[in-house]
Amino acid sequence: MRVNFTVNGRRQEADDVWEGESLLYVLRERMGLPGSKNACEQGECGSCTVRLDGVPVCSCLVAAGQAEGREIITVEGLADYAKHRDEAHPGDGCASGSCGTSLQRAQRWRAGGTDSGTGEAGELSPIQQAFIDAGAVQCGFCTPGLLVAADEMLEHNPSPSDADIREALSGNLCRCTGYEKILDAVRLAAARQEEAV
Amino acid sequence: MDFLRPASWEEALAAKAEHPTAVPIAGGTDVMVEINFDHRRPEYLLDLNRIGELRDWVVGEENVELGASVPYTHIMEHLRAELPGLALASHTVASPQIRNRGGVGGNLGTASPAGDAHPALLAAGAEVEVESVRGARRIPIDAFYTGVKRNALAPDELIKSVHIKKADGPQQYSKVGTRNAMVIAVCAFGLALHPETRTVRTGIGSAAPTPVRARDAETFLNAALDEGGFWDSGKIITPSVAKQFADLVAGACNPIDDVRGTAKYRRHAVGIMARRQLGWTWEQYRTDGGGTGRTLEGAA
Ligand SMILES: Cc1cc2nc3c(=O)[nH]c(=O)nc-3n(C[C@H](O)[C@H](O)[C@H](O)COP(=O)(O)OP(=O)(O)OC[C@H]3O[C@@H](n4cnc5c(N)ncnc54)[C@H](O)[C@@H]3O)c2cc1C
Ligand code: FES
Ligand code: FES
Repeated sequence: MRVNFTVNGRRQEADDVWEGESLLYVLRERMGLPGSKNACEQGECGSCTVRLDGVPVCSCLVAAGQAEGREIITVEGLADYAKHRDEAHPGDGCASGSCGTSLQRAQRWRAGGTDSGTGEAGELSPIQQAFIDAGAVQCGFCTPGLLVAADEMLEHNPSPSDADIREALSGNLCRCTGYEKILDAVRLAAARQEEAV
Repeated sequence: MDFLRPASWEEALAAKAEHPTAVPIAGGTDVMVEINFDHRRPEYLLDLNRIGELRDWVVGEENVELGASVPYTHIMEHLRAELPGLALASHTVASPQIRNRGGVGGNLGTASPAGDAHPALLAAGAEVEVESVRGARRIPIDAFYTGVKRNALAPDELIKSVHIKKADGPQQYSKVGTRNAMVIAVCAFGLALHPETRTVRTGIGSAAPTPVRARDAETFLNAALDEGGFWDSGKIITPSVAKQFADLVAGACNPIDDVRGTAKYRRHAVGIMARRQLGWTWEQYRTDGGGTGRTLEGAA
């Protein structure tokens, strides 16, 4: 079957989608967007987290057909999404479809810039920059899901308590960092966001 | 496989009548796991996401009518005052991502003895409204669970909503698990005080083939509270009464040994939760006259 949806602010269509296929599979294997990770396929790890009409969900548990006509934000679109949110819709998200990231641009997205260790000259959202600065990325497998979840929390809760952060990230597993640096990164992003306003 | 996408409730009922083997998919948090792992290859998937009314709820005089697909997140955020037990239970489900998708209709559809909504629904008092092209009916929650992962739905029926009695007194819910998030209950318990009728109701999860009420414990406690004049005096419940209640709740369990826990442990833990929750809810009843303004945190 064919699925029409909006990915990172642009209309897209996917063809030959099997009826039982997950949104995660469509994003990774059909749209060429492997940023959302596939680890467990059962909702346990959160590494496949994307936003579906603004709401963080495990894309491995959304049937592709259920995404028909809906808006998806993946980690590849996060930098543009955050930039656009700051500029055009301060304090809120954008779901118009006129803004956004082209598929080609999203496919080419790299955390690299001129220095992948510092993120310098890369296209990073504040939460991505904070993860790098706080040393919250080790193998990086859990990172995309955490970024999407953390960014969404900061969007509606700019000054989260530690309990808020823990709760918002409780659906994301990390096997490397022991979480402390991840909490640091989110606190850092929140503090920088406060300074900016 | 075919993917059916009804745009309205009537279309969904017609599709289910035409294809009774079609598997409804709401949040997909149970269905997609089975498909991803090849445990299930339904001929038809029946997507319910386009039916807006399934995501609505109506707060009435006596009841809240909760649409089958209202996600747990909304129950926690919007129905804490009306449905405190279910809101507490919703908060213990999995993770934010799962709670943003999953809801009570799916929990009832799966009818797992470990489903977190069930003890809260049993304790509050509820009826499940189901419908097919043949008509609608309401199934009392006590009659809904018919076996391990079995429910009273006919093959052509869909769950439309759940009519849940609005809280008229304190309610509690807690579950035992290895950590706070992403935990299937080893066992769970829910308690609701109903000062208007001077009754208590209970719900036990993960400690019997189906979710069950501890009826003997309820009968005992109702009589003890009545005879002792506790509802009027608001005095502290005698420890021997609380203990007897807890023992009867534990006795209502019919658990098994499995990887998550032994039968003995489950029975014991359910008794402990029953005693504690009776303490918490009664304290709340005593101190604010049964109002539901203050919700004590449940322990997960
Ligand atoms: C990682 C993870 C953790 C979990 N943790 C918990 C937990 O802690 N506690 C808990 O209780 N559950 C848990 N679950 C299970 C699941 O999230 C819940 O059972 C949830 O309520 C299912 O809702 P859903 O809308 O996603 O259901 P779906 O997966 O869409 O459907 C579930 C079943 O109900 C049927 N169904 C759905 N809607 C209807 C309807 N309107 N009419 C008739 N049948 C219908 C479906 O056909 C299917 O059989 C977890 C799941 C995952 C993946
Ligand atoms: S891959 Fe979706 S939650 Fe793990
Ligand atoms: S950095 Fe390796 S899993 Fe989180």
